[in-house]
Amino acid sequence: MHIESKKVAPTAIEVSVKLFAGAAELIGRRELTVTLPPDATVYAAFTALTAEHPEIAAMRPILRFAVNHDFAEPDRVLHDGDELALIPPVSGG
Amino acid sequence: MARLIRVVDSAIDFDEALDAVAAPENGAVVTFRGDTRNHSEGKVVQDLFYEAYEPMATEKMNEIVDEVEERWQVRDFAMIHRVGEVPIGEASIFIVAAAPHRAEAFSACHYAIDTLKQTVPIWKKEYFEGGEMWVGETPGATRADSH
Repeated sequence: MHIESKKVAPTAIEVSVKLFAGAAELIGRRELTVTLPPDATVYAAFTALTAEHPEIAAMRPILRFAVNHDFAEPDRVLHDGDELALIPPVSGG
Repeated sequence: MARLIRVVDSAIDFDEALDAVAAPENGAVVTFRGDTRNHSEGKVVQDLFYEAYEPMATEKMNEIVDEVEERWQVRDFAMIHRVGEVPIGEASIFIVAAAPHRAEAFSACHYAIDTLKQTVPIWKKEYFEGGEMWVGETPGATRADSH
């Protein structure tokens, strides 16, 4: 039997999620990993997160997102290994 | 041309920042020091704690200085933010803009602190009598301007 080796598209991606301030306190964690289908968006990642941690959904109106240290819109497509951060209203200074 | 950008977890070294920007070309050195305050929106604040998303915070601070250098003739710039517990009355932020002339240095310093408060991922938690809160997170609350 002949087996042809092919490059297979990944069936899932892993994204690390960083949490800060009130978002971290709400979930009780500062970092976690979500597994998503390829080409999942930031919005999809947040939705996946709320499935496991429903309490975070209420913070959505005040959250911004960052991907790999840059602010990102919810429709931004994620890639395997990306670092997604939930950014509550900043209050430095 | 010098640039000092730092997130620190102990008292800010003002002299280090001032020394970093010193240059014979600079006729004006403008500083902004933000101190932790014992009151906020009518509450007595007893203690403050800052948290940073450090790699992104440092990147955003560098972006602010990139912009400042482009818009004004600022040669040398320092920006140090303290995180962790910051006792009342101590500095949480210190910014130094040095330029040949004062107008540019004032503008750059003012722009830098205003922009930091919008774009740099650092959070402040206030502990007051009867509670604690991350500033700006309470739904419907107005954003407290810390300094």
